[in-house]
This record gives sequence, C-alpha cells and structure tokens, in this order.
Amino acid sequence: MKKLSRNQTFMLITIPVLVLFFVFNTLPLIKGFMYSFTNFKGFGSYDMVGIRNYTDLFTDARVGKSYLFTFKFAVLATIVTNVIGLLLALGLNGKIRAKSALRGIYFVPRILGGLVVGYIFGYIFTYILPALGLGSSMLSSTKTAWIAIVIVAAWQAIAQTTLIYISGLQTVPADVYEAGAIDGATGWIQFKELTFPLIIPFFSINLVLSMKDFLMVFDQIMALTKGGPAQSTESISYLIYQNGITGGQFGFQSANAVIFFIVIVAISVFQLNFTSKKEEQL
Amino acid sequence: MNKKNKVAATTNWPVTILLILGCLTVIFPLYMALVIALKKPSEMTNDIAGALSLPKSWSLENFSEAMRVTDFWHSLGYSIMITVVTVVLAILIHSLAGYAIGRCMAKSKFYKFSYLYIVSGMFVPFAILMMPLVKQTAQMGIDNWFGVILCYLVFYMPMNIMLYTGYLKNIPIALEEAATIDGATTWSTYWKVIFPIMKPMHATVAVLTALGTWNDVMTPLVIMSGTGANTLPLAQLTFQTQFGTNYNLAFASYLLALIPILIFYLVCQKQIINGVVNGAVK
Repeated sequence: MKKLSRNQTFMLITIPVLVLFFVFNTLPLIKGFMYSFTNFKGFGSYDMVGIRNYTDLFTDARVGKSYLFTFKFAVLATIVTNVIGLLLALGLNGKIRAKSALRGIYFVPRILGGLVVGYIFGYIFTYILPALGLGSSMLSSTKTAWIAIVIVAAWQAIAQTTLIYISGLQTVPADVYEAGAIDGATGWIQFKELTFPLIIPFFSINLVLSMKDFLMVFDQIMALTKGGPAQSTESISYLIYQNGITGGQFGFQSANAVIFFIVIVAISVFQLNFTSKKEEQL
Repeated sequence: MNKKNKVAATTNWPVTILLILGCLTVIFPLYMALVIALKKPSEMTNDIAGALSLPKSWSLENFSEAMRVTDFWHSLGYSIMITVVTVVLAILIHSLAGYAIGRCMAKSKFYKFSYLYIVSGMFVPFAILMMPLVKQTAQMGIDNWFGVILCYLVFYMPMNIMLYTGYLKNIPIALEEAATIDGATTWSTYWKVIFPIMKPMHATVAVLTALGTWNDVMTPLVIMSGTGANTLPLAQLTFQTQFGTNYNLAFASYLLALIPILIFYLVCQKQIINGVVNGAVK
C-alpha cells in the first residue's frame, strides 16, 4: 500500500469528523429551523404555516412567562453562585487548617447528578424546613418555588465556581500583597484594589460559564417542581421538552428553540466582548 | 506592620471554623439521604427527629428493594457502558481531529474553517437539537444507547477539540519532524509521539466528558426512553412514581445512583479537580 502523505492523513481524519458533526449538530439545527415554519405535532402530516409560530410566540403568555422565569433565575443564581464562590475561595485560599480536606468536601456537589440532588432537596423543602417551623413548603408557592430552584442550582454550581476562583487567587503573587501592605492595603481595600483586579479573567470565565449553564436549567426543575406551581418555574428548556416532545407542539416549540438559540448566541457574544474589553483595560 | 505579618502567618482559626461549619451545607443533604435510606418507613415520624435521627436498627433492606424496583444492575450497566465508550471514543477521535485541525489551521483555510465550524457548536443549546434528534435517531434506527453515544461524541466535540488544539500549541512541531525523517508516517508518529504527550489533556477531557455523560438526564430521556433501558439518573426519573411516599426506598435508590460517582471521586479526586479547572480555565 502506498504511504499516505501528511495532508492526506489529515484529510482522512478531518472529513469523517466533520460529517459526524454535521449529521448530529448542523442537520438537526437546520431541521429544527424548518420545523419552526410548520404546524407539525410530532406525528402525522403537517403544513407550512409561514412565520405564524414566531408571531404567536410573542403573544403566548406561557412562553413569555418561561423567558421571564429563566432570566430571573439565571441572573439571581449567577450572582449568588459567584458571591458565595468568591468568598469560599478567599477562605479556602487563606491560612487555614485542613485545607485540602475542606476543598475536597466543597467540591463534592459538582460531581453529583442534578436530578438526584433535586430529589434530595425536594424532600428538604417539603418536609424538613417546614418541620423546623419555617412555614409551608417553598415549592408550593409561586412566590418562593423559583428561589428554591436557585438554592439547589447554586448549591451545585458553587463547587466549580469556587475552584476556578481558587486557581485565580493562586496566580496572584505574594509580593503583590506585601507591596500593598506597605501602602496600607489590607482587608477590604486589599481585595478591592489588588486581588479582584488581578482575578478579573477568572471572574469573567465564571460569569460566562455559570450564566450559560443556568439559562439551560432542566434537571433541577424536572426533579423539584415539574414547572409548577401554576407554571411559575417552567424554564425555556423544560417548556420546549414538555410541550414539544410530549405536548404536540413540535413546530411551535421549534420556533421557540430557534429564538432561544439566538438569545444564547447574543448573550455569549455580548459577554465575551464585554469581558475582553474589561481585561484590555488592565 | 511586622506584627500583622506574623499574625497572618499563623492559622486563621475563625475562617477555618467558619469553613468547617459551612461544610455542613454539603454534608447535611447526603447525611439525610443516608439515614433515611437506612430506616424502615415505620421509623419515620412526622417530626424532624423521625427523619434525621440515626436508624434504630441498621438495615440494608431498602437498598436491595430499590435495586429490584429500579432494575439497578441493568441501569448501572447502561450508565457505565455509555460513559466508558463515550470517553474512550472522545479521547481517540477528538484528539486526532484536534491534532489534524490544530496543526493545519494556521496555514490552511479549510482547517481554520473546520475549527470555527466545530467550536461554534458550543453555542447551540441542546433544546434546539432535541426534537429533530429524536426524529432523526428514530429514522436511523439508533434511538437507543448507541445513538446516545453518537450524540455525546458530537456535543462534547467543540469543547474537546478546543482543549486539544490549545494544548497542541505548546508541543513543538520539531518532535514530529524528527520522527518523520526516520521514515515514520504521520499516522504512526501521532500514536507514538503526540498521543502520549497529550496525556494531561486526555485526563481533562476524560473527566469533563465522563462527569457530563454520567449525570446527563435529558439526552437518554428523549432518545432511549422508548427502549425500556435506563441509565442510572433516568431510572430515578422513570421509577419516581413507584416510590410513592416510601421515602426510605426512594432515598436508598438515590444513594445507589450517587455511590458510583462518589467512589470514583474518592479514588481520583486530584485528577477530577484538575480536570474541571483545566477545562474551564484553558
């Protein structure tokens, strides 16, 4: 057999990979886009309906509610996760005992599956907290159910966020603090003026990663509320799954998914531009 | 100032104690799951002690019953098979593709395009692919574990290829050229020289891909739910209604779903933590 040249070898590797990627990513993306112009129920025949799904989307109260919930949830969860994660990282990077054991324990939530964690917390919200005299279950009220989901999602996400902040803090050389201390920078001023500016790249990584994950929240909702009470905790992903696959709205939810896709891309591009500008300033 | 530095050099006890107390937020849900799983339903009184006290007699009955109800060994088998096959194929295929693309993208527009094309897949939320993929895998006759693996290989491709091409930048091309002069083909040079050097990145890719696939609910839920086969998380969802109000049984089942990954974490804690940090920061 003739020996393949370097270029031929690379082509033989790359082309099948591109085909695989096309078939399971680009093709479904295109199909989803096409279904979004139909009234397909998921089975049987269907007709083209033009842009009706899209115009309907903007007047559909349930879709509007799911966007509102998802953003409300993602913003609060991102803030909670990053504030607690940063505090924990500062603590875990400090002069403490049992450092590696503590770090090991705080990381555990990251490895556990969201669904099972959701079920365990569901029991805490439904039975343990009310038994402690903290009123009725958080999950049964439309006012508090979304907070409960923030708590569970943050509980899991904090693990990774903390770890990324710790690796950020370790990049700050000790002499920066020593030099700062001579100028009287300790405590809060030291953090604000020295530490935080130096770990901004890690801050942006955490913001981008956690925001993106939270916008796609699904497992916790499946386990805790199934979108209830009164559809107050239906995330976009959950609604697309629920009504698109089991609810006979294949076409309509495809349009919803297309909009969701555009929203995710827009937010990612915005965040990347925003954070890279911040980093340039330094 | 000197005095302050001396104080800072010793252990910061208040922070250490706060962090140890904070660990309770991680340990409590797991402790609760464990004690409830070990109890009989008759021990579950309505007050808080009924749920949280240690069981009077230790019994593993709930675990064996949960194994029977949820068909534990089959689900475990599917989970392990899907995760292991996905991870192995991801390391082989994604590293090869990362190599071909990474080595050529500076010179060739085709590879530059391939890189951007695949990496932009990171912005595509599963929600938009979900419904078309359900149809597509059914039409192709792979609406089963095999289809799930193919989907994972594509979902993790953007991240993994980015990681591999990034890592490759630090590997001098002279290494390969030396082997090529000795008459080795590009293919064999890759496996003998480059693949072993990329070992740290294989570990990162393995950890991220394994955690993601092991805990994922959505993909197996929509693609293989018709087959009657479950992964471990999917089994919790499927049998949730059968647990009813028998929380002892339910918690035994949840713990069974968590134990494999907890054991894995105890054994490879360092690799897992490094993998997650590298994946995020690189």
